[in-house]
Amino acid sequence: MKAQDYKISSEKFTFRATEGGLHDTKLETKPVTYFRDALNRFARNKGSILAFGIIMMLVLFAVVTPILSPYTVEYHDTYYRFLQPRNELFVKLGIPFWDGGTFKEVNKLSYDMYRAIQIETGRQVIMDEPEIVTETYMGKTKELYQFRLDTYHAVGVQYVTLSTKEYQALQQYQDEKQVQVIYPITDPKLRPKAEQDENNANIWYRTKLGGGRKTEIVYDKEGNFVPIYQANDGTDLYTSTMFWEGEEKLYNYAQKMDGDLWKIRVDYREYYVYTHYVAGDGITEPSFLLGTTDAGKDILTCLSSGARFSFILAMIVATVNLTVGAIYGAIEGYYGGRIDIVMERFVELLSSIPFMIVITLLKYHLKVDHIIVLFISFFLTGWTGMAARTRMQFYRFKNQEYVLVARTLGARDRRIMFKHIFPNAIGTLITSSVLVIPSVIFSETSLTYLGIIDLNTGSMTSVGTLLAKGQTYLFTYPHIILFPAIFISLLMLSFNLFGNGLRDAFNPSLRGNEE
Amino acid sequence: MYMAKYIGKRVGLMIITFLIIFVTCFVLIKLLPFDDTAGFGQDTEKIRAQFRARGYYDPIPQQLVQYLRRIFKDGDFGIGFNIPEYRGRYVWDVFVEKLPPTILINVYSSLIAVPIGIALGILAALKKNKWQDHVISTGVMVVISVPSFVYGSLLLFLVCFKLDLLPLKMASFAEIIKAYPAENYVYTPGSANWPLFFNQKMFVSMLPAVFAMSFGSIAGYARFTRAELTEVLTSEFMLLARTKGLTKAQATTRHALRNAMVPIFPSIVGEFISVLSGSLVLEKIFSIPGVGGLYLSAINANDYDFFMMLSGFYLLVGLVASLVIDLSYGVIDPRIRMGAK
Repeated sequence: MKAQDYKISSEKFTFRATEGGLHDTKLETKPVTYFRDALNRFARNKGSILAFGIIMMLVLFAVVTPILSPYTVEYHDTYYRFLQPRNELFVKLGIPFWDGGTFKEVNKLSYDMYRAIQIETGRQVIMDEPEIVTETYMGKTKELYQFRLDTYHAVGVQYVTLSTKEYQALQQYQDEKQVQVIYPITDPKLRPKAEQDENNANIWYRTKLGGGRKTEIVYDKEGNFVPIYQANDGTDLYTSTMFWEGEEKLYNYAQKMDGDLWKIRVDYREYYVYTHYVAGDGITEPSFLLGTTDAGKDILTCLSSGARFSFILAMIVATVNLTVGAIYGAIEGYYGGRIDIVMERFVELLSSIPFMIVITLLKYHLKVDHIIVLFISFFLTGWTGMAARTRMQFYRFKNQEYVLVARTLGARDRRIMFKHIFPNAIGTLITSSVLVIPSVIFSETSLTYLGIIDLNTGSMTSVGTLLAKGQTYLFTYPHIILFPAIFISLLMLSFNLFGNGLRDAFNPSLRGNEE
Repeated sequence: MYMAKYIGKRVGLMIITFLIIFVTCFVLIKLLPFDDTAGFGQDTEKIRAQFRARGYYDPIPQQLVQYLRRIFKDGDFGIGFNIPEYRGRYVWDVFVEKLPPTILINVYSSLIAVPIGIALGILAALKKNKWQDHVISTGVMVVISVPSFVYGSLLLFLVCFKLDLLPLKMASFAEIIKAYPAENYVYTPGSANWPLFFNQKMFVSMLPAVFAMSFGSIAGYARFTRAELTEVLTSEFMLLARTKGLTKAQATTRHALRNAMVPIFPSIVGEFISVLSGSLVLEKIFSIPGVGGLYLSAINANDYDFFMMLSGFYLLVGLVASLVIDLSYGVIDPRIRMGAK
């Protein structure tokens, strides 16, 4: 047969559609994009959703708490230190938990000292009936009192030194609010002689120097405390109408010091309210949700501020690493050959320097804030991992047909790299840059924990510093380390779960395959 | 022959990497001003003379040559200056003294971690998606995520303090010498004092740190083994082994485990090399007088000779570990042609 046998005259052809042109039928379903698909897969992973929720809550905590809290990182109060966590709700309900109380086991002397504070201030320092246990140690029998102590009320009365002006202002406040802030001063001659109790304002009762130069309490016949308040001699400039025990002025309320100063015994809780009322900083009464540190700082505020800094640092580092690493890795992977070898050697060299060396050398050389040292050292070495991953992805995709097509069509290198190859690699890169966040936070926490980096300057603090503080008082005040530890553990755990979920969502073929 | 060439190439590259980083580090350290003023009760001139004798005021290249010569000739890495307790002592001597606790704690913890971790991983892989697997995987996830300073402190607080099962601190040499008068232990400064470490009291007092150190490794091995083994268990040769008539146990031990060990074995080798390095965090928590603690005090006290020596040490351990890990792939599985294109 020859070709001309098949001549078909053009009249035999008719147009299938003459009007409106020819179209494909419209897709009945919505197209599922790569991200949509990943999102769907992610949504099925309940653990990751939960983890994401927890992360969001922690971020919210870090952002909102420092704003809402009346306390600041600079805030500290030397008397209200080592306070236990206190939740006003639990206090109101009378639940013996999270109410600022702590379990105490002390000898009779210490117990009576607490009892004296309770008697003088009228606040419930000892929160429950004490249980008396006898303990025999090396042949000696000791009586020990076990009870719950209110760490807030146990502060009791403290000495403060005020100028005449301040003293009068305090008296004015007393009359205005009708609260007894100033307590009668004790007789200087009768104050405890033992060195450790010399400045103990809470001893308003008669004591004597016992064996081992320790304080012993002197009781009256009924076993009560004997007050040692100084009788009124009219020298104290006390004009307030608030009197201790009755309508008349029985005692002195201040002791004249050198210069224009007065030594006063104040009920510390009321005095605290007063000073913050004067300062107008929004603090109404001492109540610390997570307790206070050894320096009397509010743990809640310190923790959330530290966390906020950690998040900001991690976010910035992750972004910079993603950008630098992706560009570097893209160039390596795309061009390959000699460029790749040279660039790869550089990365290898950089990534084999221990991080500790990098940060220490930077710390030694740059006489700048440690925050900047931290940033620089993360930027210097952090991007190498991202570069390696991008490079791998580029090697995988650069010889695919669609890249060849793009090149044949005359696309420039940059267009091929970032328009054609990069979107294919984005899943892996997003996953790993999300996982950079917990690792940066972890490094930052470790570094501050070890004291190599010190962010604890004035208005700044970090979770690691708080943890190191807590470590020092691990056995005596475990609440200091508890909350930062919970925070960091929760954060790491949820980030790992979230990261795994993301990886499974973006690369379903890798599911269950741990890195 | 091919292998030898490859190893030679890798070792050469490693040495070059090491030298570049080490020399850079040295130069950067020497560029720093150092404090040669005398402390309380010391003579500034005397101290300056000491520094001069050691060439601290010479040009840096000259100092580098001197430094390397001293290292190779007399094993002299310099003298401690800024850490109060090691002032005037040879860096190497102090380092040798600090090495045994670090090594022992790491070795003990590896000895615990490797078998337990692998066993857990195998169990989880064999019981995949059953409750055993879920329990192990969750535990592994928790331990891997929670930082070591958290579970270290928790262990110290609960086991050592609240329950009083283990000592709070590692026993000191003085305590050991006192506890075992019959053994005639002698403490020699500047040496490793190995005999002092091998007795019950010392061993027990190291246990908290050993356990804390092993948690992370156990979790790591369990996760790794589980991942590898589940992959191997689903491969075709396992099906073939079963069709040949092997029982599940036989097929698993003879075929699956062997193949799964290919990537696991190198990491065990790596683990035993890095026993030298120790953990800064855990040594701090458990107050272990080890290399990590020494490094930390060198960093915080700006003691440059200590810092230089220990940095070089950590760097070398890291590089050697990664090299040996790479090479051991070829040893355990000859099919893996090292460095093949």
